[in-house]
Amino acid sequence: MTLLSIDWFFIIEKVLLISGVLVLSLVVAMYSTWGERKVAAWIQDRLGPNRAGFMGLLQPLADGGKLFFKEEIIPTNSNRFLFILGPSIAMLVACMTSAVIPWGDSLVIAGRTVSLQIADVNIGILFIFGVVSMGVYGIMIGGWASNNKYSLLASVRAASQIISYELPMGLALIALLMLTGSLSLKDIVEQQRHGLWNVVYQPLGFFIFLVCAFAECNRAPFDLPEAENELNGGYHLEYSSMKLGFFLFAEYINMFISSALISTMYFGGYAFPYMDKLGLDPNMVTILGFLALFVKTLLFIFFFMWVRWTVPRFRYDQLMRLGWKVMIPLALVNMLITGALVLARQH
Amino acid sequence: MVLSVVALVSALGVVLSKNPVTSVLCLIVTFFTIAGHYIMMNAQFLAVVHIIVYAGAIMVLFLYVLMLMNLNAELEPQKRNWLKYAGAISGGALLVVLVAALRDASMPALSTNATDIGLIKNLGMILFKQYVVPFEVSSILFLSAMIGAVVIGKKE
Repeated sequence: MTLLSIDWFFIIEKVLLISGVLVLSLVVAMYSTWGERKVAAWIQDRLGPNRAGFMGLLQPLADGGKLFFKEEIIPTNSNRFLFILGPSIAMLVACMTSAVIPWGDSLVIAGRTVSLQIADVNIGILFIFGVVSMGVYGIMIGGWASNNKYSLLASVRAASQIISYELPMGLALIALLMLTGSLSLKDIVEQQRHGLWNVVYQPLGFFIFLVCAFAECNRAPFDLPEAENELNGGYHLEYSSMKLGFFLFAEYINMFISSALISTMYFGGYAFPYMDKLGLDPNMVTILGFLALFVKTLLFIFFFMWVRWTVPRFRYDQLMRLGWKVMIPLALVNMLITGALVLARQH
Repeated sequence: MVLSVVALVSALGVVLSKNPVTSVLCLIVTFFTIAGHYIMMNAQFLAVVHIIVYAGAIMVLFLYVLMLMNLNAELEPQKRNWLKYAGAISGGALLVVLVAALRDASMPALSTNATDIGLIKNLGMILFKQYVVPFEVSSILFLSAMIGAVVIGKKE
């Protein structure tokens, strides 16, 4: 179907895919809030939410409804435009990263190959890196526009924390890229499909990336920007109603996306052992691969929650020391070793 | 076309806005439009690196400092009149020099057909084969700048 020299099937396919991924990340983020409370309850030997629906499964809906219907307050002395812009940027940026993650191999529907990746750009990893570095603007602008010193302190903390942990994250990625030789996430997954998972080659790099992912998502033990006992709530102190909801929601989406990213880069993505030897229909294998990626992602989300309810929060100077004096040297050493090994293998 | 208009408007916003934070935000928008231009020229790597380095790191630090200092339009010291005249005259002189220099420069029209030079593979090949010496020299320059910053920071 080609009309006006535009391939309409292509557009329909991409629109469906984008909406699918968006809905998936929103639903996962929604149920992460439920999962977080259940995990917290389980770790602390409590019951957790169990009133709304079976096992409290309707709790996220009730929370969302509450946030929508709450009164919206914009402080008098705040910059109105920037005040609204902050949570919007946070939400937008959180939803953008999912575009380059390969959610599965390709499906064949009515003779047409549909790739389960929205955009296979040749700079996939760098794209994610760029978008993540944008995420801090949402927090900074929101915190500054609130015209509240606690919010300002929180946004300053967030900015320096994210910049500090972006460096070791990038260095850990460079070591991974030396091995794979490609910036496309699809290529990286395909290599792991036919070989070992990258975590076998890059255990230290994986560890560094994981720690930095915690810091970039503002998750405990790195949740200094929203340290409620020092900052009275953090950068979203002045926010109410759904704008607060956007900030909180963006954090859960970020957590989902970084879990998916870690699974893709270090744990084989949609590849699972023996996937090419099952003798199943390729479409079936693709669907199983998607489920495999989903399970891996959920495991990492669980890990995020597990750490949050186990490890206490860092002090700010400890956080900075860990970032600059431990993570960066470790990442540099990792890069050096990887480079030496890659060079040795070539000769 | 739209990109260029947005770029120009936001660049004017940087200069004209009274509030320094708004200036910085306008500058960020300008950087994004420039990255958009790179993408239009099929230079995806350059575009993404531009966003990561300028919009993602440098402007965050700018914003950070401005937010900490909390400058307001009222607090800004009034400039003297002779300063304004001096600024106008030197700016005009710079404009004249630039116009004189660019008047005779030949401006080859950009070829409209897409090139693959901006893709990361080709860029890496050229950077590390043809231009490896300038590349290394610039990295030494960056290293010296870093060491200089540390020395100044340590002086107290």
